Amino acid sequence: MDTETAPTTDHVSDERTLPSWGLVVLAGVVSVVVLSPLAWMVYAGLRVVGAGGAGAILLRPRTLRIVLNSLVLTASVTAASILIGVPLAYLTVRTDLPFRRLFTVALAMPLVIPSYIGAFAFASAFAPRGEVQSLLAPLGVESIPGIYGLGGAVLVITLYTYPYVFITTRAALKSLDTTLVEAARTLRHTRLQAFRRVTLPQIRPAVTAGALLVALYALSDFGTPAILRYDVFTRAIYVEFNSFGRDTAALLSVVLVLVTVAILAVERRSSGGERVSSTRGHTGSDARVRLGRWRWVAVVPCLLVAGLALVVPLAVLGLWLVRTSGAASLRFGLEHVLNSVGVAAGAAVVAALVALPVAHLSARDGGTLPTVFERASYVGYAVPGIVVGIALVFLGSQTPLVNSLYGSAALAFPLLLFAYVVRFLPQAVGSTRASILRVSPALPEAARSLGRSPLGAFRSVTLPLIAPGQIGGAALVFLTTMKELPATLMLRPAGFETLVTFVWRAERSAAYGSAAVPALTLLAVSAVSMLVILSMEGYHVE
Amino acid sequence: MSNRTHSDTEVSRGDRTVLELDGVSKSYGDERVVEDLDLAVREGELLTLLGPSGCGKTTTLRLIAGLETPDSGEIRLRGDPVAGSGRFVAPERRDVGIVFQEFALFPHKTAAENVAFGLHELPADERDQRVDELLDLVGLTGHRDSYPDELSGGQQQRVALARSLAPEPQLLLLDEPFSNLDVDLRVEMREEVRSILKAAGVTAVSVTHDQEEAMSISDRVAVINDGRVEQVGRPERVFQHPESRFVASFLGHASFVSGVIRGDYVDTGLGKVPVERVHGLTDVYDGAEVDLLVRPDDVSVAAVPDIRANGDVVHRRFLGPNVFYRVELDSGDVVGCTHNHEHEVPRDEPVRVELDADHELSWFPQGMQAVPEDGRLDGRDAPSDDDESVGAPADGTDGSPPDLTD
Repeated sequence: MDTETAPTTDHVSDERTLPSWGLVVLAGVVSVVVLSPLAWMVYAGLRVVGAGGAGAILLRPRTLRIVLNSLVLTASVTAASILIGVPLAYLTVRTDLPFRRLFTVALAMPLVIPSYIGAFAFASAFAPRGEVQSLLAPLGVESIPGIYGLGGAVLVITLYTYPYVFITTRAALKSLDTTLVEAARTLRHTRLQAFRRVTLPQIRPAVTAGALLVALYALSDFGTPAILRYDVFTRAIYVEFNSFGRDTAALLSVVLVLVTVAILAVERRSSGGERVSSTRGHTGSDARVRLGRWRWVAVVPCLLVAGLALVVPLAVLGLWLVRTSGAASLRFGLEHVLNSVGVAAGAAVVAALVALPVAHLSARDGGTLPTVFERASYVGYAVPGIVVGIALVFLGSQTPLVNSLYGSAALAFPLLLFAYVVRFLPQAVGSTRASILRVSPALPEAARSLGRSPLGAFRSVTLPLIAPGQIGGAALVFLTTMKELPATLMLRPAGFETLVTFVWRAERSAAYGSAAVPALTLLAVSAVSMLVILSMEGYHVE
Repeated sequence: MSNRTHSDTEVSRGDRTVLELDGVSKSYGDERVVEDLDLAVREGELLTLLGPSGCGKTTTLRLIAGLETPDSGEIRLRGDPVAGSGRFVAPERRDVGIVFQEFALFPHKTAAENVAFGLHELPADERDQRVDELLDLVGLTGHRDSYPDELSGGQQQRVALARSLAPEPQLLLLDEPFSNLDVDLRVEMREEVRSILKAAGVTAVSVTHDQEEAMSISDRVAVINDGRVEQVGRPERVFQHPESRFVASFLGHASFVSGVIRGDYVDTGLGKVPVERVHGLTDVYDGAEVDLLVRPDDVSVAAVPDIRANGDVVHRRFLGPNVFYRVELDSGDVVGCTHNHEHEVPRDEPVRVELDADHELSWFPQGMQAVPEDGRLDGRDAPSDDDESVGAPADGTDGSPPDLTD
């Protein structure tokens, strides 16, 4: 790269601008490709509208009920997650709660458990004639509150998504400059007033960011409402899709995307114009709030949340494992694990590579176009997996060349990987971008002043420094791909089973016993990749 | 470095121009950061760009390094254009080294690896030898295997210096090189860096907003204001004979005492000042109104009986070694002066301020910004006549009077 000629001032070139243009083109291609399924989806939806059937479908009482159900579910889960996540974050960061480190880990752990496995466990534990009732029956308890319907869905989804709020709020509280709170106290504010007027405005953007993730998850969750029999968008789309109501599925998908866009708009409005102190906080142990005799009382909610979210599914899965009453038709084997790990690793590698130009451009070149590209790469994350799945199925079935190959593994695997990358690219972009931002721009500049080409400077200086962030991002993509259910169900080649689809089939055929091993395996692999993420990002539990 | 060879014909040191900036301009959006800037740097000298923050000095440095592209104008290194006129030489091909403000040491490389970074074209043994040489030059032989985060601020700066000197650049740029150091260390490193640069024999351009730093390390100082060079020259010369009120005020506390030339003296609120004590002033300007530049150490102040007084103390600030007074003269001008604290002058007392400078004073025509080197009134640039406000005492930088007494 930097060999042939000794540096001479005679050598004139425009190479300073060249790679930058190459990067723009590369990032542009990535964003267009990533956006294409969604564009196709909208096109398909509009065609239905054009054909005149749209009004009838949209105004059906069932459609209206689905919209309402989805909104109620999303709003309830988001509110509940904030109510659980923020106080728990405060307790573990700012107070002298006993076993803080243990609770910090335990309260973040539910993120590792896919909500449909939680739903599955809760359903079998709390259903009429489920595990819990059979335990209580000898005591004369005739019935327990039902798990099916809205209440159960809100409970389960909240238990597995509140960690988004918990983690983002913790991060904000940890970086909060505690002298701000101290300043408020000296200005005659009680601790509560100081929290409301100083702490809360400072952590609000973080809470909002976490709540947005929760809302998007709740709206797009497919497995949980299906298992807990609550009629929402994703369930209706899947049912229509499987019963050849493809127009209806397409139209509902477009409406679901519109609702998603509305949620993003609400978040954008509520997080605009924040002024957050950028100074690094110093949270000494003496700065912690002393809970006094409430110290042990505060343990109760922590135990309750962690217990419900972690112990219930583990206990239920353990119970099935012991009973081993698997159905003969469902033989679980090593190939399921390998299939899962294989596609997840593939998606992780592709996402990490594709993320690099987008992230680098947006981190280093804050112009309009780079920002547009970066935002475009985020669209797939907000779009529910089931919509991405449907879009790609449509794309496949309506393109002659693709159609001829449809169903064959040669096409299905790239399509499946593509769906994963569309969905989870932002995780890789975000992580890579953050790590590029942490590298001072003076470092590659210094390398260039010492005789390296732009590419040479990137390779010898930037790349080694951002590698941990890239690996962390890839691990995150790996983890979420492992857990992904709807797109996998729709796009997998015939006969291709992963851990997730296996669990799903077992649940559908009520062969609970067969689900225990794959579900526990899934949890174990997820937990390991979570550890990789935490160690790569230098996240110290404190 | 001192024995670096030039294949070109030998030209005596000090005369050869290494770097030229010719009418260079640079804007970001609507904001004009560097405007029509001219500058020439000679072989072997250390020139400092001195100016307030936001004056465009760092941008100028980045333009020279090739990290920014000028909108217009030309930059030449040893006569060859490297930017402008449709040419642009990439930073890695300019043979220009930089010491960054935050040092920009590669955190994943040891001190020795950092220094070796720019020597990638040398064979391994020559590279090692050169690294040893430079670590020795900056006195860090014992830290060759330390990572940047294991080094102190001063050590990091030495590594940064060694790294940029290693490939023997024809020009070294230093961007606010001392601003990331503690105050105590700063003074020490100034001496250190200057002697390392001189030992290496490198031509260097540094950038700072600290006038004391600029005065103490530079061979020449270029004072920059609003993206233009206001004055270039030896530090003593620029300090004693500023060519503009901006330069006068930026290089330390400056009071401007108004006066009228009457024959062979200037009649001022400080009394009659003979014209021969004023630099470049003669009695041909008889009748002209001028402002004399008075530094706090050019005047003495003493409490006197009312009749002999020529002003009142309106402000007094204790500074430790001495006291800074601001005296309102009966003529209306305000003069700042420093004084040994043994001679206590009470506030609101009538005092007598006397001029006891042992050097020629500088003067400015009233209502005009600049005075040319030769001091001819008729030869001036068209003055911005309606700009009356500058005739008032510019009390700009009264931050650090004690720095000026030397």
